[in-house]
Amino acid sequence: MIKRIAWAGLMLLSAHASADSPASFMAHYAQQAGVAVSALSPARGEALYRGEHPGRSGAAQSCASCHTANPKQAGQTRVGKRIEPLAPSVNPQRFTDAAKVEKWFRRNCTDVLARECSAQEKGDFIAFLNQVK
Amino acid sequence: MNYLLRGIGVLATVGTLSLLAFSLPSGGEARGDGGDDLMPRLAHKNWQQECASCHLAYSPALLPRASWQRVMGGLEQHFGENASLDPATQADILRFLEANAADSGTSRMGDKVMQRMDRNTAPLRITETRWFVKKHDEVPRATWTRKSVGSAANCAACHRQAEKGVFDEDTVRIPK
Repeated sequence: MIKRIAWAGLMLLSAHASADSPASFMAHYAQQAGVAVSALSPARGEALYRGEHPGRSGAAQSCASCHTANPKQAGQTRVGKRIEPLAPSVNPQRFTDAAKVEKWFRRNCTDVLARECSAQEKGDFIAFLNQVK
Repeated sequence: MNYLLRGIGVLATVGTLSLLAFSLPSGGEARGDGGDDLMPRLAHKNWQQECASCHLAYSPALLPRASWQRVMGGLEQHFGENASLDPATQADILRFLEANAADSGTSRMGDKVMQRMDRNTAPLRITETRWFVKKHDEVPRATWTRKSVGSAANCAACHRQAEKGVFDEDTVRIPK
């Protein structure tokens, strides 16, 4: 009996964990930034996506350098491994896992911008990708 | 007479081979590696998931423990990229790499890498090991930088079955 209750609890928890979506991330980051979800801007997100910054090697780099100019396309890591598309419209796996989303923002913002991204920027970024149809 | 000699030869060979096979406590399959150019068959969720999100999950048998400690201790600057992990995942992957490292004595591949290793060094790159250099000495330098290859870190560009741990020469096709 206890086992069954524990199991049901686990199922609920995992159902909750997998319920993350681009919309829930946008709500989360907007709240963190202290703004309304409607204040998130796909245009600012796109500027962030395409914005070029001096990379460690000196050459300009942007999100698009690895993810390509079109987020519906697959990209490539520096050592040639495929990166699945970022746009949720073609890759529904995107923005469904909080740990993954935070990990990649942390890594890639530091690589491209040489700093972490703000909650507002993360929200804008997802707002942009989420409307790429 | 000739047949007798040949028979004895065959018997002796089979005998020696089977003796060898049974006396090696961790030979072949039991040690997880099937032959000369096969990586030990290993499964580890975090290693496969995390390392393989950017590059092939390089076999732990290709570097000694000291190297893996250096690699995993510097993920924030991982060959020019931030590959940082949460501490628990990082520690879990390091434990796995150490347990199966070239000098862990768990694979034939590791033994071969160590045969050529200068014990005082802990290279950060697999491509810097003498074993790797020797194995690839017939590949011209320009080949590595071809657009279709990218860099020597991209095993699968030429080793078409690298993802499966198969690296023998029959499976090599160098792209144009």
